[in-house]
Amino acid sequence: MKAGDLAELALRNLREAVLRNSLTTLGVAVGVASLVAMLSLGVGLQELASRRLSNSGLFDTVIVMPRRNMQTMRRPAANAAPSKEAPALDDDARKTMEHLPNVIEVYPQIRFPTEVRYNGTPFSTIVAGVPDSARGNGAYDGIQGSFFSGPSADEAILQIELAKDLSEQTSTLIGKDLVVRYAERQALLPSGTSDGSGGGFSIVPREKKLRIVGIIETEPAAGFGGFGSGRLLIPLEVASALRAAQVNDLRDAVRATNGKPAYASLTVRAKSPSQVEAIETSIKSMGFGTFSLLDATRNLRLFFTIFDLLLAIFGSLALAVATLGIINTLVMAILERRREIGILKALGAADRDVKQLFFVEAGVMGLFGGVLGVGFGWFIGGALTWGTNIYLHRQNLPSAHVFSVPWWLVLGAIAFAVIVSLAAGLYPATRAARLNPVEALRYE
Amino acid sequence: MTTGDGVSVRAERVSRHYEMGAVVIRAVDDVTLEVRAGEFVALLGSSGSGKSTLLNLMAGLDRPTGGAIFANGRNLSELNSLELARYRSKTVGMVFQSFNLLPRMTLEENVELPLRLAEVDRGERGKRVQEALERVKLEKRLSHRPSELSGGEQQRAALARALVNRPTLLFADEPTGNLDSATGESILLLLKEIQQNLGMTIVMVTHERPLAERFANRIVALADGKLLSDGVKS
Repeated sequence: MKAGDLAELALRNLREAVLRNSLTTLGVAVGVASLVAMLSLGVGLQELASRRLSNSGLFDTVIVMPRRNMQTMRRPAANAAPSKEAPALDDDARKTMEHLPNVIEVYPQIRFPTEVRYNGTPFSTIVAGVPDSARGNGAYDGIQGSFFSGPSADEAILQIELAKDLSEQTSTLIGKDLVVRYAERQALLPSGTSDGSGGGFSIVPREKKLRIVGIIETEPAAGFGGFGSGRLLIPLEVASALRAAQVNDLRDAVRATNGKPAYASLTVRAKSPSQVEAIETSIKSMGFGTFSLLDATRNLRLFFTIFDLLLAIFGSLALAVATLGIINTLVMAILERRREIGILKALGAADRDVKQLFFVEAGVMGLFGGVLGVGFGWFIGGALTWGTNIYLHRQNLPSAHVFSVPWWLVLGAIAFAVIVSLAAGLYPATRAARLNPVEALRYE
Repeated sequence: MTTGDGVSVRAERVSRHYEMGAVVIRAVDDVTLEVRAGEFVALLGSSGSGKSTLLNLMAGLDRPTGGAIFANGRNLSELNSLELARYRSKTVGMVFQSFNLLPRMTLEENVELPLRLAEVDRGERGKRVQEALERVKLEKRLSHRPSELSGGEQQRAALARALVNRPTLLFADEPTGNLDSATGESILLLLKEIQQNLGMTIVMVTHERPLAERFANRIVALADGKLLSDGVKS
């Protein structure tokens, strides 16, 4: 039989037992909806986690250090050959890194110990410089107050723990001033560089008044790079201008340098986490040591793959039940249409025609069920996101999109529903095709 | 189309046995029969004589357990199920006692069904359906469903369906069995007319001797699956 005739007859047959076939199709739709809802939840949570982690700067960041710093971390072998002089992590190296493909920015990491005075009471903490680019990356979305008004503003953002130390009513801190006491490096030798990197330096205590503009729950990229957690965040330009002594300065002071200012470490930001590996390789080939959380992203992907798989298995259970429904409907249809099958065969229908007819009927139920199921699944997802956001709102948390129905899931779910339905139709179709026409015609 | 020598279908020592547990039922037992092209043969016998079974074997609806049936120059036993379906579709037309029209289809759709199965082009189908329905004088009932027709009309519609693929062999299994005598007679008149006008070979199963004697050219009597007599009318 031609495809058009086959489809026409199949649709006519489905219309004849419209209630039973609709219920079977609904069963498939519920199964597909369950699958789509589960997988969409998995995909949505994965996207949410990836977005948040990506915004945190943990996974698109490479920390670069001079190799000599890293060599101190392990004991050299007694008979090791003297290593080639490691390149300096200076401005030339920074510019070269800025020109690497897929690099957004390169900036120095500035963290230093300090004493904060608020209302005349001293508190010890660590100051960290924050680049102005952090403004738009979403990591500061949950901030109380606001981000720095400009890259060189004398302003500070407090990490919540420090804020709690300063005042029990943390929200009252915004707009208040505090004083930061720090150790400034001053060059000793006239031939040395202005910041003292080229030779020895003396340490002079200094003070800086800053206005508190915001409070944040956790410091983005806290402690990343190994310098401890920064609890007082200030604009990177301001931090740089303070020329505060950092933890590496003492070590660098006793080492021979080429007379140029060098950085203790640099932060290189990639366009996306997927480009981190290539950037790390390029920087390593320049002779520097690197550190990133690339392995952590790999583990995260593995976790979500397993998570999605488990959700898909649970989601498929409803579809498995729907499959039994299709088998039942078609087996019942064979019993009801036994005589009709006999007539078709007497009129010249081949076994193949009868089989294809039942197959198409199963496939059409699967297709309709699949399309309907994706719609249901999408609706469930929307409702879930809506409910979640109401809950998050009540908890004073920013809204989140926990549900995502990508196009591959839509097409995949429909295709899966059709394939499962065809598989369910295999047994009834084969049974119908094998009916003996003489016996079928005798059936009342 | 014939098997040669003007023979349309030939059953050669054909048997159809059924095993019911330990008992073997010999529905058709060692029957040899030749039907010549253009003949109107009546298979006569009482209930259980094996006449319908023999008809089904010759129509390619069933396969013999012994012997062979030749039609279209080929042994039907050697055809695979697809080839046998093509034989039923292109060479054979069938009419049943209970009409066997599909109740949810209109007359037009019922008659069109064999054309769909034979993969005849859509454009050709309308013409062929009209032609077949005109032959049985039902061309004005195209959109009616079988339930809206009388028994006689339903059997005429079934006849139109059997003729629509222009077969050379028409098998009729008790075509008057569900009809009153006057309607039955009109159906047999129609069959006779078709045989004469189209030169078609007709094999009809009946248990009514008077009707067989009146319309058939030849009467083959069966009893207990065996051939009792084979007589050509003068």
